[in-house]
Amino acid sequence: MADKIRETISAASKPAPGEAGRTGDWRSQTPFIDHDKCSQKDTCLLCWLYCPDGVVGRDFPLEIDLEYCKGCGICAEECPREAITMAEGKTRDDVA
Amino acid sequence: MATKAARELPSQELILPGTRSCAACGLMLTYRHALKALDEGKTIVAVPASCMTVLHGVYPITPVKVICINNPFAATGASVSGIVAGLKAVGKEGYTVVAFAGDGGTYDIGIQSLSGALERGTNFIYVCYDNEGYMNTGTQRSSASPAGAITTTTPVLAKLQHKKDMIGIVEAHRIPYIATASPAFPLDLYDKFVTAKSISGSRYMEVHAPCPPGWGFPNKDLIKMGKLAVDSGIHVLYEIRDGKFSLTSRSLRLAEKGRKKSVADYVVGQTRFRKISDEQVRRLQEFCDERWEELVKRHNKDNG
Ligand SMILES: Cc1ncc(C[n+]2csc(CCOP(=O)(O)OP(=O)(O)O)c2C)c(N)n1
Ligand code: SF4
Ligand code: SF4
Ligand code: SF4
Repeated sequence: MADKIRETISAASKPAPGEAGRTGDWRSQTPFIDHDKCSQKDTCLLCWLYCPDGVVGRDFPLEIDLEYCKGCGICAEECPREAITMAEGKTRDDVA
Repeated sequence: MATKAARELPSQELILPGTRSCAACGLMLTYRHALKALDEGKTIVAVPASCMTVLHGVYPITPVKVICINNPFAATGASVSGIVAGLKAVGKEGYTVVAFAGDGGTYDIGIQSLSGALERGTNFIYVCYDNEGYMNTGTQRSSASPAGAITTTTPVLAKLQHKKDMIGIVEAHRIPYIATASPAFPLDLYDKFVTAKSISGSRYMEVHAPCPPGWGFPNKDLIKMGKLAVDSGIHVLYEIRDGKFSLTSRSLRLAEKGRKKSVADYVVGQTRFRKISDEQVRRLQEFCDERWEELVKRHNKDNG
């Protein structure tokens, strides 16, 4: 029924990731997590909490979805243990 | 029950990554946590032309997993009234209808349809995300822009008038729930959306949503700027339930311990205030201090 309405009377979009493309390409700096410095405790998770784009995972060791991370640097700024650093460039390889 | 730690928030994300909104967008962070408080299949969002429309993407794809209806700029309040009436007519129950509009779409162009919906007691949540200007079209002045801010329509003298008391106008409609929030305090923001969802009738929320390109501060400082706004009294966190006023979160703690940050600390890191004079800073400080005294007094009276 819902699909029928969509077809006939309205232009309805369907949800998918990457609506604006790979937004990781916007990045000029890339976040790195030093897992030894991270508390690895779910009592923190401030990086997850404050990432506007929701691309920081919640399971330890934490992973960042670099396909879509826009490189804003909020996670690095807010981490209380300075476990996240921003490095110039779009990818890990640029930095190594 | 107040949420005390990030881990208590639902892990489910209702916005898929790769959205069109800027890096470090205060609206994105607001919407992300607001949706955690709402049900995926039982929420209908209505938005007018704004950065929120852009966030919702270009046909045929959207990053957002809840239903959203795009509306003409002035029509949000009228649109939600129709949605609520339509749901009732076809016997659909348990939906939360949420309008999400910018300050331009609320304070200025949408105020008439919003007032109509509130006056009718329409059963919905209206959220104004206040980025203090018409950001989607390039930072024009709105009646929510602060005095002293350069916008593309106040480029020479900076804005002369203070922010309009929109919440005062909303309160005059005597609705059951009004709250302010900030994405720099996501737990408080989430709790207020949970509360708003549990109440029926018209509910209004105003979220102070820092915007790095419009305000002129580095992306990484989004949270710092949001916190500084609250610490300096530029934005105050509170809720009003059936007329009972209570400060919440950081603003409640500041009322107990005293405010330490000033308006001068807040404006210094933003290029939109690059032309603000000492006299304008002083007047903005006075404006904030007066409102702060009033709100603390009201909190003490209602929670005495
Ligand atoms: C009637 C009408 N006038 C002007 C516009 C152009 N317009 C689209 S979005 C926008 C700015 C919206 O500002 P605001 O409501 O503050 O939301 P923000 O962009 O800041 O998210 C304007 C002027 C329009 N879509 N419709
Ligand atoms: S840099 Fe920004 S977008 Fe990327 S993970 Fe950190 S907070 Fe999220
Ligand atoms: S904010 Fe820092 S310490 Fe906390 S979970 Fe994230 S990386 Fe670890
Ligand atoms: S202009 Fe401001 S509010 Fe609009 S998407 Fe960009 S950061 Fe967000």
